[in-house]
Amino acid sequence: MDFLTFLEFSVVGLAGGGLLALIALGFVLIYKGTRVVNFAMGEFMMMGAYLFYTTHVAWKLHWAPALALTLAGIAALGALVERTILRPLSGQPVISIVMATIGLGTILHGAADAIWGGDNLALPELLPRKPVFVGEILIPGQVLWSFAAACALIGAFLAYFRFSRTGVAMRAAASDPVTAYAMGIDVRRTSRLTWIFAGLTGAVAGIIVASMTSLSPALGNVALGVLAVIILGGLDSVLGAIVAGLAIGWLEAVTVGFIGGKARDLVPYVVVLVILMVRPYGLFGTREIERL
Amino acid sequence: MRTGDYRASYAQDEALFVTPVQRAWLLALIVGLAAFPWAAGSYLTYIAVLLGIHVISATGLNIMTGYTGLISLGHAAFMGVGCYAVAYAANAGVPFWIALPLGGLASAAIGLVVGIPSLRIKGLYFAIATLAAQFVLGFVFREWEPVTGGVRGVNLPAPSLFGLAIEGDRAVYYIVVPAAVAMLVAARNLFRTRVGRAFIAIRDRDISAEVLGISLLRYKLTAFAIGSFYAGVAGGLWGYFFRAATPEAFSLGLSVFYLAAIIVGGLGSILGGILGAAFMTMVPEALRAIVAWIAPWYPPATVLLSPMREIVFGALIVGFLVFEPHGLAEMWRRVRRFFHLWPFKT
Amino acid sequence: MNILEVERLSLSFGGIRALDDVSLVAPQGAITAVIGPNGAGKTSLFNAISGFYRPERGAIRFEGRDIGRVPASRRAGLGLARTFQNVSLFRGMTVLDNIKLGGHSGLRAGALSAMWYLGRAREEEMRLRAEIEREVIDFLEIDHIRGLSIGALAYGLQKRVELARALAMRPKVLLLDEPVAGMNREETEDMARFILDIQEERGITVMLVEHDMGLVMDISNHVVVLNFGRVIASGTPAEVRASPQVIEAYLGAKAARKARHEA
Repeated sequence: MDFLTFLEFSVVGLAGGGLLALIALGFVLIYKGTRVVNFAMGEFMMMGAYLFYTTHVAWKLHWAPALALTLAGIAALGALVERTILRPLSGQPVISIVMATIGLGTILHGAADAIWGGDNLALPELLPRKPVFVGEILIPGQVLWSFAAACALIGAFLAYFRFSRTGVAMRAAASDPVTAYAMGIDVRRTSRLTWIFAGLTGAVAGIIVASMTSLSPALGNVALGVLAVIILGGLDSVLGAIVAGLAIGWLEAVTVGFIGGKARDLVPYVVVLVILMVRPYGLFGTREIERL
Repeated sequence: MRTGDYRASYAQDEALFVTPVQRAWLLALIVGLAAFPWAAGSYLTYIAVLLGIHVISATGLNIMTGYTGLISLGHAAFMGVGCYAVAYAANAGVPFWIALPLGGLASAAIGLVVGIPSLRIKGLYFAIATLAAQFVLGFVFREWEPVTGGVRGVNLPAPSLFGLAIEGDRAVYYIVVPAAVAMLVAARNLFRTRVGRAFIAIRDRDISAEVLGISLLRYKLTAFAIGSFYAGVAGGLWGYFFRAATPEAFSLGLSVFYLAAIIVGGLGSILGGILGAAFMTMVPEALRAIVAWIAPWYPPATVLLSPMREIVFGALIVGFLVFEPHGLAEMWRRVRRFFHLWPFKT
Repeated sequence: MNILEVERLSLSFGGIRALDDVSLVAPQGAITAVIGPNGAGKTSLFNAISGFYRPERGAIRFEGRDIGRVPASRRAGLGLARTFQNVSLFRGMTVLDNIKLGGHSGLRAGALSAMWYLGRAREEEMRLRAEIEREVIDFLEIDHIRGLSIGALAYGLQKRVELARALAMRPKVLLLDEPVAGMNREETEDMARFILDIQEERGITVMLVEHDMGLVMDISNHVVVLNFGRVIASGTPAEVRASPQVIEAYLGAKAARKARHEA
């Protein structure tokens, strides 16, 4: 493989990594906010894409109101899930919470199958397909634009967390719920908001992924690979999610280029195993100190 | 109402079955199990064999996850290792009663490797590591064609004993059920001794376990090896039952199935593993029966069967976690307590 | 002879000195109390002796042998048992099983023998059960609760069960981290009696951390006072009580001057 091809795979991989980073951000938000790894993240993506399909394709709404309706729907779903499943389980052992989100994922998967059927549906292409040349390197249009969309969203979320009152409250509640509660922060509300925001990132990522490929109940499987991103970056690090998202996207693309498509699926999981052996808390994660 | 049972020695106090009533039930159970395939039809025998395999595997997972607190999302892959190992051995002419333990050992060996990081990483991180192991092993099943036969898988010969082929569900029943009973008794025994207590201590508070002289590395790995041994044997039996080892049989979905079984049944309870596996095997069958019954009036029901199954499966997991976290085993204890004291109110 | 010797031990957490050049000894068969204000490093000292913390400098000698590099889980087998400041029992088990866990290092059966449960494992378990009943459960008067789960017990009883578990380890040295914290007067008196019996009847060396000065002065043979990670005084209870440094550490410099005045 010559250098130019390598460069091309690298750029495409990095751009694809933007989407991974966006999904990872959804995971990290929930983990930081509630100490839960949401194994139903993929199903949130899938539900977002299906809702958009219904509003935009079936009801033939313009994409903007369709997107607004979709996001409202996902926000409601996130709030519902937090209230009915996660809140009753707060303080339960890790396995209960992991399994609850897996169970939730199964329910959503089944529901999507029941409502929309198991066949592949097609979303219209939202992002321009026209490739862009950077010097001699060709970047497929969708990849580039999805990267741009992911970056814009990540930027918006980060700004919100840094500067808004609610964002500050959410960060406070995440780092020390008891103190935050004592300081008059409504911890339940921040926990609900956390799930809503994570649902929103997931929905947008889902719509982008579905518009680039196709829409079926299996769409959510993408998110399982993103677990590698958050392990590499550290479960509670936003910066880690971004850096690791780009890194894994790059690694996947280069693996496809060098070894072949089959090995690509294996990349995230091998990365997980290696990272956990070498640096269990990821690149930027906080090491948990155990008190005796 | 029973007034109580009186025990005269520590040995009696430590025994599993004490009262004559308990012993009578035990005898009835053994006779019932032995006669089952002759009394029940072929469909129920098929279900019973499947259930026996699920019970073995779920018990293995319960030893790792329910008792020792090591969450495994890769249990199905360990089962797969056992299944492929047994298939390989059986096709090389190894008799089943050697191949089966070999399958268990192969799985235990892989389990040990996966379990090594458990000393450094805990909880969620470890769960994700086992998830990675599930996918990596699945990849190996699909791609290592010379041994696994790739996506098509490999076939197994029928097991044979003294030159007689063991064919048909009824014959396989008499391998699976005794194996399940023996492994359940072994698991129950484990938790009457220092080894089982060490597992529970590690789950509840690993730091104080260390002060008591329990080596975390040793016992975590032991739990992992035993749990994957059970999975391996269950996988081997699966292979002999379906006469094939295929990669899609041992997917993440099956791992989740076993986790669901021990949660619904009761984490850290041998009885829970049995009840949970039975429940989670029966519910889809019941759904299918209901759909078959409704279909003449409402044809779309057949299309909805598969999504309904998923929704019910997920709802059971979530529902038990929220409303009955100790599972069916706890419900069973309540029912028993009620009848012990009946007709007086508890 | 000193069964346990701590020599010039230093330990710090990210720049904070938890233990600074601490030396102390536990004479064979005696009760040694470690006292000091909150944050003086008492529990850190226990954690170092149990093997949770790797001290940066210094030695911990048990029966003359340096155990600084012995893993925590192996120290139990040597004869070192402890209880925790916040009760650290296993809530998923009965009282009896919790106590049996103390016998872990004394048993040998492996997993295979355990699953078979006929030969060695069964024999061992029976022996352990009889021994625990005789030596621990009767002694600490907890036979009425042996079948209960931990969550059902009052705090004082939980502390007693934790002591039972430590005794089941057949220790040579028993480290008790605040054995009577949170107890009422009656429970405290019971505990004091048990500790004295353990020392006098069984010859077990006891080292305890405690804030209840009445208990410390009543039962201990030696008292070591820590403040800010340093040993500021040691001696008999009477000597320690009279030490100006100790009064200063507890009550402040002004009170110390006043005490000197009055003396």
